[in-house]
Parts: sequence; structure tokens; C-alpha cells
Amino acid sequence: MVDSTMVLTGQTIAYTIYCIVIILLVAWFAWRVTGKGSNSAVKPALFYTFVGFLTVLGVSLHIVTYNTIPWSKVDLNRSDYVPDKTFTITVKNHQFILPSGEMIINVHDKVLFDVKSEDLTYGFGLFRTDNSMLFQMQVVPGHRNDVIWQFDKPGVYTIRSTEYSGPRGADMVVRDAVRVVPADEAN
Amino acid sequence: MSFTRTLINGEEGLFKADTLTPMQKLTLRFVVVGLIYFGFVVIEGMLMRLYEVKPLPFITEPQFFAILTAHPLVGIFGSTYSIVCGAFLFLVPFLMKKPLWSIKLGNWTFILIAGGTFVFWFSGFVSHYAPLYTLYWPLPADFTQFSVWGGTFFILGIALVMVGTALFIINVFKTITYTPEGWEKQPSGALLASALGITGFNNLFRKKKKEHLVPLPVAAVARGSVDMALNTLTILFTGVLILVYMVGSILGYYLKETAIDALLYKNWFWWGLDLIADGLVLIFVAGTWYLLAMLITNKPLFMQNIARAALLLELIVSWTVWSHHLLSDQAQPDVLKVISGEMVTAFELITQGLAFFITLATLWSARPLKMTNPLKFLLGGLLGFALAVPAGIMQADVGLNRILHNTQWVVGPHVHVAILVGLTMTLYAAIYILFPILTNGAKIYSQKLANVHFWCHLLGGIGMGAFMGMAGLNGMLRRSPYVNGEFNAYMILAALCGTLIMIGFLAFFYNIVMSVGLKGVLGIFTPSKLKTKDLVPAA
Repeated sequence: MVDSTMVLTGQTIAYTIYCIVIILLVAWFAWRVTGKGSNSAVKPALFYTFVGFLTVLGVSLHIVTYNTIPWSKVDLNRSDYVPDKTFTITVKNHQFILPSGEMIINVHDKVLFDVKSEDLTYGFGLFRTDNSMLFQMQVVPGHRNDVIWQFDKPGVYTIRSTEYSGPRGADMVVRDAVRVVPADEAN
Repeated sequence: MSFTRTLINGEEGLFKADTLTPMQKLTLRFVVVGLIYFGFVVIEGMLMRLYEVKPLPFITEPQFFAILTAHPLVGIFGSTYSIVCGAFLFLVPFLMKKPLWSIKLGNWTFILIAGGTFVFWFSGFVSHYAPLYTLYWPLPADFTQFSVWGGTFFILGIALVMVGTALFIINVFKTITYTPEGWEKQPSGALLASALGITGFNNLFRKKKKEHLVPLPVAAVARGSVDMALNTLTILFTGVLILVYMVGSILGYYLKETAIDALLYKNWFWWGLDLIADGLVLIFVAGTWYLLAMLITNKPLFMQNIARAALLLELIVSWTVWSHHLLSDQAQPDVLKVISGEMVTAFELITQGLAFFITLATLWSARPLKMTNPLKFLLGGLLGFALAVPAGIMQADVGLNRILHNTQWVVGPHVHVAILVGLTMTLYAAIYILFPILTNGAKIYSQKLANVHFWCHLLGGIGMGAFMGMAGLNGMLRRSPYVNGEFNAYMILAALCGTLIMIGFLAFFYNIVMSVGLKGVLGIFTPSKLKTKDLVPAA
């Protein structure tokens, strides 16, 4: 399955190519607009083509991501999925109160993280050992904050608050809190 | 001319502050204060960047977060609002060919924005009040972490800026619609309708089209000012709400934070706050691009009617896009996430793309052009938004937001490139083009320094955004210090780019001081000897 590393790699390649193209385009324009040549009007047809291109681009981006990023559909239809495991987590006074016992997940399981804040707005994110992000969500007090995530690889993940909640929130990190193991290793 | 003499009297002694009209002085005061606050922002940005590489011994963690809170607010209100208000209070009457409605109100706008910024910056500096500009409820009222008195002065400072902004808006609309003394009665209703785009909209259904009474850049200022007004009301209301809790705490009453729904508050506040980032900034910038293109080429704008319609569309779009800031809020209704957060937000690619194309097409129609300072900074500004807007559209996606929200990606390639490269370079272009008009023909001291400013700012701004973006894609959060140096490579490179921006800014500041002289800088702040409402001295 496509994971967040692959999605970000795709995004990096696409955005880098776009940046190079647009920088070269503006540089070319700067060179040509000040270089030799007579003034000439731009044809309206070119303008309307450009508008059409932008429209297609703007709409297609979300259609493409909805159909290629696996968690998009799950996210927007969470109530339709039955999770294999549920973890209920409370956040209070800048502390994550995790379920008792280790948080162990089988590979390929769909896991529901249900996080509740009892005071401030926090964030909840899972990070790999190389500090890259697996996913995150906001944790708003007085509301349900839940995300379903399917884990496709074994690994160890750190929980970190991804939202600023005052200077005391800077240390809201629980290292190696979640362990994903091959199905035959789990209970 | 000797160095000392130039430093005191300016380049060739051409700038004479006592020849300035009250309007010229007012505008120049705004610009000087805006640039000083920009200097604050550059220093604060560098301090934070260095802290992110290695915590600095003279900055405590609460101080770091206080800087993090003040930095964007000083940048937006102290610097950008100052320069924008100064420029538009001059340009609106200049383009309408009549005096500003009230110079007195203009002076109050200046005092309130400059003073209010200092009040909130200073109270944050002293008390370390640090709920960030986002003010997520109930953090601004969390008095276990923050000083209630520090917070009270902080919010009062913001409120002063908002009052100054409200006076600016009144002045803009009154200037468009009023009848100056001795003039034939002006059609105020028709002028207002033209400024807001109602005439243009009605023209779509008329056989006989009505002419536009208001020049296009003024229409952009008016429409951006609508967003500014709505945003001012939102921030003022929120400020009053927070002040109620603060005053309650000072008087010994505990008010329950749960009385306010955190998600509803977040929607409300982002709706208003986003009217700056996705509203007035984009509309003002588009208007400024159009004006610059017309002034540089001395030609009418390409597709002028479409440009007017796009400005109106941008205004309406700006009221409905706030939800892209709440794509990671799971309690936010999906319909808002998809329609407001994704679909309507994607319209910004179209409206800003149109402005980009129209500006380039107008410039193209007048080739060959000379690569002047206004032109090169304008192209820099266009490039900045061409890079930053698609970065924003990418993160305004349900799927991608799950792995990008609150990372350095959001604040690097999107926010910093939009503000530093897109917005600031557009403002520099406006400053360079207005400089001879506002100074009665003073000369820029050194073109080489202007070139250093341009390249350092452009490369520094893009480079900083790129390295922050790379850190973000690798998981670095935007508001978390990484004390173990996890992302040092990216942060050191971003700091080097920040240094380039600082060098560029120092080159620009020195160039401007040497152009007008220290005597001239001080003279800007003394009362004008000319008793006139004219914008520039009579020939």
C-alpha cells in the first residue's frame, strides 16, 4: 500500500519540478521583456487556455489525491469502517494519558485512535524513529478527535503533540509508545 | 560629495524634508516605521532560527515562544499594515485625483498601528505572553501558563492596531465617495458601487454598459478593505472575549473556559484571520501588481474587465475558504472540509493565476522594457506567489494535510515564500516606484546596493522556504524546538538564507538613509510647513 513516505516523495518530485519550471519561466520572461523586440499584445485565446488549465489543475488535484492516497477515503468515511483495534487516549495538563499496557498493533490492522482533551487544544501525531511523520490530527477539547490508520509495516512510533499548547507543551513527547509487529508476533 | 555630508544631507542633497506636503510626510512615516518593524521581524526570525539550531543561552524557552507569538504579528501589523496603509492612503486620492478625506484620521491610523504594535510587542517581551497568533481556545485565557496582566496589555495593543485599521477603512471609503470643497457634487453611490464591483456585476446583464468610475487599483483597495473591515471586527470581538476572561481573573472571578466551544471559536477566529491571508493580502497584492504594471508600461491593463471580475470573485472566495485551516480537526464537518477547505480554496489558484497572467501580459505589451528596480522587484513578487500559492493548494487537501499540517512545510514554502518573496518584494517595488514622487525627486544613493538588496532578498527568501519545506517533509513541526539537533542541517541552511535576507535588508536600509540623509529621516517626523491638502507640492 502507498504509505506517507511515498506520498511525500511524490509531492517532493512534483513540486520541485514545478518550482524549476516556474523559476525558469519568470527568468525567461525577464530576459525577453527587457531584450530586443517590438511590443506585441498577448492573444486572448492564450489567456482563456491558461484559465482552463488552472481550472483543470485545481479540480484534478483533489480527485487524484482522493483516489491515490489510501487514508483520504477512510478519513472522510470513518463511521463506515470497523477498526481492528481501538486506543483511547486522554490529554490533560500537557500529558498524554495512554492505555494501560503496551500499545502493540498487528501489521495491516486498521487502528482507531480516539483522543480526548480535558483542557487545551493539542495535537496528536505518530512519528517514525527517523522523526518523519506518519500522521497527525488536532485534539480539540469538548469534541471527538478520532483517526483510523492502517499500519502496513512493522515499526516503532513516537507520540508527539503536533499543536502548540503553550511553553509547557514543548515536552509532550512519548518516545517509542506504539509498536507495530508482524501478525504472528502479536497476541 | 563626502560620505559624512551624504549621510547627513542625502544623495546630492536633493531630499529636503521641509518641501514635503503633510500627505507625503504621513506616507513616509508609515514606510519608515514599517521598515523598522520589518527589521524587528528579521532579527526575531534569525534569533528563532539560531535557537532551533542550538538553544541560545540568553533566550529562555518562554522567551522563545513569546518571540514566536510576536514575530508574525509584528510582521503583519507593524510592518505590512504600516506600509500598505501608508501607500494606499496616498495612492487612493492620487488615483482618484482628489485630496485624502481626512489627514487627521490618517495620522491617527499611523499612531494607533505604530503604537499598538509596540504595546503588544513590548508586553510580550516583558511578560512572555505567548498564546500564538492562532489564539486557540482556551490557551489565551490559560493563566496557569501566562501572566494575566501581560496578556491584558498584549490584547489591548492588538485592539489599538484594529482601531487604527478601522480608521484607515473609513478614510479609504470616504475618500472614494466624498465631494471635496468647491467641487461639483460627486455621485457617491455610483462611486461606491464601482469600487465594490457592483457596477461591473450589473454590466453583465445590461445591454448598455456603464463606465467604471473608479480606477482598477482603487477598486482592489476598496474590495481588500471590505475583508479588512470584517477581519477587524472578528479580531476586535475575539479580543473583547479574551479581555472579559482577563478582567474576570484580575477581579478574582473564575470564568469557566468551557462556556466557549473550542471548535466553534476556532471556526470563527480562522474565518476572520483568513480574511487577511486569503483575502486582503491577495486582493491588495493583485491591485498593486496591476498598478505597477500600468505605471511601468504606461499602458492600460490587459483584460481589464476580467481583472475586475476576478477581484470580485477573490473577495467572495475569501469569505468561504477558512476551513482549509481545519482539515486536521476531526470534529469539523466533512462537508466544510471538502467544499470550503478543498474546492473553494482551489479557486485561489485560478484568481491568483489570473492576476499573475494579466500582469505579465501587460508588461509584455510594452516590451522592450528597462530592468528598473520596480520591474525587477515586481517580477520577484510575482515569482514568490507563483511558488507559494500552489504549495498552499497542496496542503489544502484532506489527504496531504494529514501529513503536512503544522510542519515546517506550511510555514516555509507557503507562508514565508508568500510573505517574504511575494508580498514584501511587491511592497519594495511599490516603494521604489513611489520614492521619487514621495520625496520630490530625491535620487537613490546606490544602484549596486539596490541590486544587492534584490538578489539577497530573492535568493534568501526562496532558499529559506525551500530548506524549511525539506525539513517539514521530513517531519519537522513548525512550533517545536528540536533540542537534540534532529533537523540541524536544514535549519543551518535556512539560517544562512535568513542571513542573506538580513544583508539585503541592511543594504536597502543603508541605501535609503544615504538617499535622504539622517536630516531627511528626522525631518519626515516634524510637522509639515506646507498648509495644503494637496498630495504633492504645487508645481
